Amino acid sequence: MSKVPPKQEGDPNTTGHSWDGIEEFDNPMPRWWLWTFYATIVWGVAYTIAYPAWPLVSSATAGLLGYSTRGEVAAEINAVEEANAGINAQLASAELTEISADATLNSYAVSSGAAVFRTWCAQCHGSGAAGFVGYPNLLDDDWLWGGDIEAIHTTIAHGIRNEEDPDARYSEMPAYGEIFEPEEITQVVNYVMSLSGDAFDPALAEPGAELFADNCAACHGDNGLGNVDLGAPNLADAIWLYGGDEETLTETVTYSRYGVMPPWTQRLTEAQIRAVALYVHQLGGGE
Amino acid sequence: MTDQAQPPSLYAAREPIFPRRVSGRFRNLKWVILAVTLGIYYLVPWIRWDRGPSLPDQAVLLDLANRRFYFFWIEIWSHEFYFVAGLLIMAGLGLFLFTSALGRVWCGYACPQTVWTDLFILVERWVEGDRNARLRLHRQQKMDVRKIRLRVTKWVLWLLIAVATGGAWVFYFADAPTLFVELFTGQAHAVAYITVAFLTATTFVFGGFMREQICIYACPWPRIQAAMMDEDTLTVAYRDWRGEPRKHSQEAKTEPMGDCIDCMACVNVCPMGIDIRDGQQLECITCALCIDACDDVMERIGKPRGLIDYIALADETREREGHAPRAIWRHVFRPRTLLYTALWGGVGLALIVALFIRADIEMTVAPIRNPTFVTLSDGSIRNTYDIRLRNKNNEERLFRVFVKGNPALRVQLEGTPYASVTVPTDTSLLQRVYVIAPPGSDPAEAARTDLRFWVEDLSNGDRAYKDSSFSGKGEAQ
Repeated sequence: MSKVPPKQEGDPNTTGHSWDGIEEFDNPMPRWWLWTFYATIVWGVAYTIAYPAWPLVSSATAGLLGYSTRGEVAAEINAVEEANAGINAQLASAELTEISADATLNSYAVSSGAAVFRTWCAQCHGSGAAGFVGYPNLLDDDWLWGGDIEAIHTTIAHGIRNEEDPDARYSEMPAYGEIFEPEEITQVVNYVMSLSGDAFDPALAEPGAELFADNCAACHGDNGLGNVDLGAPNLADAIWLYGGDEETLTETVTYSRYGVMPPWTQRLTEAQIRAVALYVHQLGGGE
Repeated sequence: MTDQAQPPSLYAAREPIFPRRVSGRFRNLKWVILAVTLGIYYLVPWIRWDRGPSLPDQAVLLDLANRRFYFFWIEIWSHEFYFVAGLLIMAGLGLFLFTSALGRVWCGYACPQTVWTDLFILVERWVEGDRNARLRLHRQQKMDVRKIRLRVTKWVLWLLIAVATGGAWVFYFADAPTLFVELFTGQAHAVAYITVAFLTATTFVFGGFMREQICIYACPWPRIQAAMMDEDTLTVAYRDWRGEPRKHSQEAKTEPMGDCIDCMACVNVCPMGIDIRDGQQLECITCALCIDACDDVMERIGKPRGLIDYIALADETREREGHAPRAIWRHVFRPRTLLYTALWGGVGLALIVALFIRADIEMTVAPIRNPTFVTLSDGSIRNTYDIRLRNKNNEERLFRVFVKGNPALRVQLEGTPYASVTVPTDTSLLQRVYVIAPPGSDPAEAARTDLRFWVEDLSNGDRAYKDSSFSGKGEAQ
């Protein structure tokens, strides 16, 4: 169907190369392509002048536009902070107990609180807020210092047993190793284990009950239900901060525990503290 | 070509092309396709479609900000983007099908580059006259008043078309009547202006000045399409065994002359500036205007039509031997095209089925695995799930959430004492759901218990479910 005229050797229209009779054309490029090519060169040179490009000994040329990726990130952060300034002010000034009723404010607080939590709290309490031995699980319904929004807010703002904040929550359990005889400790421990329904030795628990009533009930309550005003744990529930087995309980009674949490008023803004308090409050255990 | 001593230039300026007006069946078909495709493009954003007070009333709308795609009665959310992927696959397979059956029929009839170039040439012809007048104007060195007037008129008309083209594009992404007013009052978003400006520039330059250069140098499709074509593909070709030797040729002086009278009609009408009689070539977009031009000449000189025609390569030998070409349908229906049709239809059918079995209630359940379970003070074991509920209806809906799997399991929703939650119109809601197993119960002690989450629309009883599992202490012990 087609009749391509046979090409001559050295015909300027071909490269002169031939593979199995297939010749390579040597057609000229379009002129506009050449101009586009020149334009990209000009653009490239201009770009390196306008933006940081040429490496120097310890830095690089800054570029006429003064652009930097770091500056761009800073500008973006500033823009977000500026955009959130209004709602942050609202969050910081609203009645704490009423924030969760305001859908917009609550949703903002919970999502920004989640970010604050992952940055500042996850190191001890875990990224999922499940805590570790000695660091309370914030998902459950057991609270040492109270689980309503105001109590959580106070705990976060001032911390626990720290020296920086005079308003920090404070209580101290004596180390009964210096007060009790070892067998008395075993008796108290067995009584405590009876409170939460764990296996225990009734023969030891009976004298333990008396020791408990005289020494421990002042803080932990007659039935071991604890006291959130003193940060005294509920000993009758299924949750143990350090462990509920006999060995761990003996250690706790003998040496006491002294868990510390830093105050956050100096590092976080009021809006951030409220946000993280609301976040923790809605994790499943808030009262 | 050039003198041996002088090497050929590496870069060549564009040879201007002045396609002559032509009429005939393919030209008429192209006019219809031009009117239909441009009509669809410019007018579709203006079609209204009532979806109720809270949803846009534009029939076709790509709402990028809210991640919604509206197409008449269909509403697609971002997580259903596979519909768009499916349509793109169908478009690709459709292109394969048409190319394997009819060659570069997309290029010749429906490609936006071809359609807008056709429109621009129409304007050019209307302002400056047909081929000969345009050639004269082009060769006229002096920029007199007439030439300036014609050129400026043409460019202004082109620019108006280009602005309308760029403008129509942005109407697909926002409410057209609102955006139309905003564009003129300077209130539209910068992105809208930039998009309009960019598409105006490309339309003006590609349709007015680049034209065939885009097809030859910029478009990858001409390079790929050869893979879809074979000897049964119908392409525009010249029956040289009938036309040659053509008039004016050396051979015509000695041999009996062929049907080609060398009138150059086929060359003059070609928008790509090629001579189809040189055989199939990269530049040819198979717009078939040369067929119309040649048929017209053949009729006038009393010869049969079809010197230039849609021909399959397989027929060439048959015709040279004096046989009639095979029927077109026997070229078109062959295993390759049937396979493409089957694939195309299969994807289309799957999309339609997917569209109709889309659930009215949609939910996803993501069990929280950090931690897998929480022990509560009474010794209960609690699992947490993030449940996303999507309400695609045009009204607020109240959903009740409950579980089945083990009678011991109890459901509790975060933030509400009730077992139901309201999802506002056309939104999705992320609800944290707790499932609690009492101390000592089977799910609390076992490592894993299967369960099924149900949601029920309390207004009409519609239900949906998702399977998940409950983690108990078994894992930890």
